[in-house]
Amino acid sequence: MIDPVLAVLSGLALALGCFFMLSGAVGLLRFPDFYTRMHAAGVTDTLATFLIVGGLMLLAGWSLALLKLGLILLFIFFTSPTASHALARAAQHSELRLPEADRQREREAEPVVESEPERIAEADALNADRV
Amino acid sequence: MLTATMIALLVVMALALVRALLGPSVYDRVLAANVFGTKTVLLIAVICFTLGRPEYLDIALVYALINFVSVIGVLRYFEFRSAQGGEALND
Repeated sequence: MIDPVLAVLSGLALALGCFFMLSGAVGLLRFPDFYTRMHAAGVTDTLATFLIVGGLMLLAGWSLALLKLGLILLFIFFTSPTASHALARAAQHSELRLPEADRQREREAEPVVESEPERIAEADALNADRV
Repeated sequence: MLTATMIALLVVMALALVRALLGPSVYDRVLAANVFGTKTVLLIAVICFTLGRPEYLDIALVYALINFVSVIGVLRYFEFRSAQGGEALND
């Protein structure tokens, strides 16, 4: 029914997709802070989706299912990185904001305790152009 | 291989749920929900091939659309809430 070469190729794509997906899930569960977790999930999400839907497309043959799978693939290919970007942007403008590299170095050289109102004012200034 | 993929997808969804329940910040939960939604789309597609019913792919397509819109919507909500200095910072 299905060409054996196509079947083997689709099996390989599905297996690789499963591997990336599982490694991404372990990273999502075990990494220490939010940005590393987002890295693990965001990178593997797109790749695993690409491989698994590609494997299914090889199984589908020339049919309407192929077109629909292609649409799903195209859509996830654009939206998954966009969602990751929006998530990182939202986190960056919240309490989870990463310090800039030079500011961090300054802080290490001269440990000044930054007061809470100052920090909030800084975050407000950062957010002012976005509201 | 389709069955193995389905089991792997279910395991990944369970791990994402654990992260969504543990997640210290609200962004961890949104991230886990996003991963869960993407994996749901894949699961529906794989189920459609296991059962041999290509019309289920439409559901997967619609689910992909709704998942993206909901993640962006939730993110906008929390972004503006935290910009006003609300209490949404920790959770």
